[in-house]
Amino acid sequence: MSPRTPAPDSGPGTDWDGVRLHIVTGKGGTGKSTVAAALALALASRGGTALLCEVEDRQGIAQLFDVPPLPYEERRIVQGPDDGGALYALAIEPESALLEYLSMYYRLGRAGRALDRFGVIDFATTVAPGVRDVLLTGKIYEAVQRNKRTKNARRYDAVVLDAPPTGRIGQFLNVNSELAGLAKMGPIRSQADNVMGLLHSDRTRVHLVTILEDMPVQETADGIEELRRAGLPVGGVVVNLARRAELGEEERDRALSGRLDPGLLRADLERVGVRASSTLVEALADEAREHAERRELEEEQRARITALGVPTYELPRLPDGVDLGGLYELAAELCRQGMA
Amino acid sequence: MTAPRRSRTSSRVGPLVARTEGVPTLDVDALLADRGTRIIVCCGSGGVGKTTTSAALALRAAEQGRRVVVLTIDPARRLAQSMGIETLDNVPRPVPAVDGSSGGSLEAMMLDMKRTFDEVVESGASPQMAAQILANPFYDAVSSSFAGTQEYMAMEKLGQLHAEARRTGAWDLIVVDTPPSRSALDFLDAPERLSSFLDGRLIRLLLMPARGPAKLMTAGVNLVTGALAKVLGGQMLRDVQTFVAALDTLFGGFRERAQRTYRLLQADGTAFLVVAAPEPDALREAAYFVERLNEERMPLAGLVVNRASPAARGGLSAEQALAAAQRLDEAAQTDQTDQTGETGETGEEAGGSAAGDGVTAALLRLHADRARIVARETRLRRRFSTVHPDVPTAVVPALSVDVHDLAGLRRVGDLLAHTP
Repeated sequence: MSPRTPAPDSGPGTDWDGVRLHIVTGKGGTGKSTVAAALALALASRGGTALLCEVEDRQGIAQLFDVPPLPYEERRIVQGPDDGGALYALAIEPESALLEYLSMYYRLGRAGRALDRFGVIDFATTVAPGVRDVLLTGKIYEAVQRNKRTKNARRYDAVVLDAPPTGRIGQFLNVNSELAGLAKMGPIRSQADNVMGLLHSDRTRVHLVTILEDMPVQETADGIEELRRAGLPVGGVVVNLARRAELGEEERDRALSGRLDPGLLRADLERVGVRASSTLVEALADEAREHAERRELEEEQRARITALGVPTYELPRLPDGVDLGGLYELAAELCRQGMA
Repeated sequence: MTAPRRSRTSSRVGPLVARTEGVPTLDVDALLADRGTRIIVCCGSGGVGKTTTSAALALRAAEQGRRVVVLTIDPARRLAQSMGIETLDNVPRPVPAVDGSSGGSLEAMMLDMKRTFDEVVESGASPQMAAQILANPFYDAVSSSFAGTQEYMAMEKLGQLHAEARRTGAWDLIVVDTPPSRSALDFLDAPERLSSFLDGRLIRLLLMPARGPAKLMTAGVNLVTGALAKVLGGQMLRDVQTFVAALDTLFGGFRERAQRTYRLLQADGTAFLVVAAPEPDALREAAYFVERLNEERMPLAGLVVNRASPAARGGLSAEQALAAAQRLDEAAQTDQTDQTGETGETGEEAGGSAAGDGVTAALLRLHADRARIVARETRLRRRFSTVHPDVPTAVVPALSVDVHDLAGLRRVGDLLAHTP
């Protein structure tokens, strides 16, 4: 797939070799933007050039990578050592995407400016339902589609899209089918057909991010079903914010049933010079019980996810939140687990 | 170029230096008890528990004697089932098993955007015209499949519920959940966006063939029509024109209602609650929303921070806990070496550490994690409250299970109101 020689650290092959477009969705609050960014870093670390796109007008990439707000322009945000891969980022904004589309495919000249004066641009990007999604997916298509013959444009080995949330992903990716239904022929029809062709192809995968809670897991299951119904290629499930497995199964059982011996706890604490007040001993036992309760619920959810029958990856919850360093750790974890 | 809809460069609104007093607490029960509160709008970014918060507030208000209707946008299936609203019929239904002993009642509904749109068409156009619109393929796509329609329809439905409340007196409080949109602000913009379109030149141009005396055909119009035909294709442009012409009769009334609803949201009886989670993104959106509400002179009642981690007790800091855990590990290792050296037994069997198996160290590490998470959340909340010190806040601890029945909603209501 990639014309470059792979970097020395790239493994024998990853789970998604041959995929050019990685679409990352997930319920709000599950950290899909973080996962998308980590995946993009992981892909770039394999020695190629990756592009990370966002479409929700939040400047999430800039915040994650601690760089100034991104303009509508592909900017390099990370360059690996020794030409070992690069990550570019783009915040897609519908208005600019429309103007770019018009100038790329039509020589409208004065008429283009007239469109703006008549409020056509504004209408298309903010008033008319659906058009935004057409423009956003159209731009993604353009970025993925570039090849050697595309002049003056950078080629990417992989494009990662931080997509709208699971509740809206089907609608978002399917907008071009709807459009194709409306435009029986003409330029819009062929554009819609092209975008759909890419999204339904082997070069695309939709990954779903979830946390180990009932509602997000349910939404993930529903999302997978919806994507499959629409013929969109489902990728993997990324379990994010997973709790550390500090306690073994047996200890969890003891914590749950209140059988952790306070005397032993106290002795251990005193042994390393911690004043073992009864509040502290109780607090530790309580915290262990809550942790074990949560873990038990999480195990149920993990089983549901396994039953979905798609490749699964797991990222830990970083107690201090995701800063740039944390993001790199998550990326390394995705590499290790074979997602990239 | 038209100005972008929301400018990221708009300034913050609030004090310029930190103040010393603490954050005011949001008094949820006072808000619900105030008969002057007639509409509560819950807004915030996706995944922060807006729907649950709306439903919990509505239930609490009802059980305290208010006659409440709650409009949810996209509730989780099990929550919808427990409220008896899993069937979509776009009208409020009484929620079973609500305690009505204080004279209150609760009805709930889930927004059906297509149905709402259909009703707009049916009530605004002649039967013949309505049938024609409903059969139009553009209408089908716009009303059911396209992003953006939900915001318009949520406003429309809120307006309808309010009008019905005034007419029939069936409810004295409307609680509204907002669409899980890209940004929590979108629905506020719906009326203005619609107006800019209806007052703009584009609509006249699109309506030209229907209304169109040829004298309006200026050079500019020709240019634009030509460009549109080139981009869309002639057939599609004609289809769009037919669709817009068919809807033309509805637009005026629709806009008028949207503007009325917008004014309603600015009025005294409305209270906005911004819902967030103790995460940077959610709080950033919340701050943005607070500023925006301020700008639009919409009445903000307060901030609800859901999913807060319970504080670590016992007075042991994260650093102390980690250090102690490490010393325990080291001690255990030393023991093990000694033991295996002397007796050949495995350390696990004969472990010299009192709890033997590293459980205490594990508990200390769990404690440290929790302390760090709480410290981080507190820092995030403080950052918000320093910049917006006047926003009354309710912090709701995370529940270990999902809320999917009335008992769960009551519990959330208690937590919201800080009553144990």
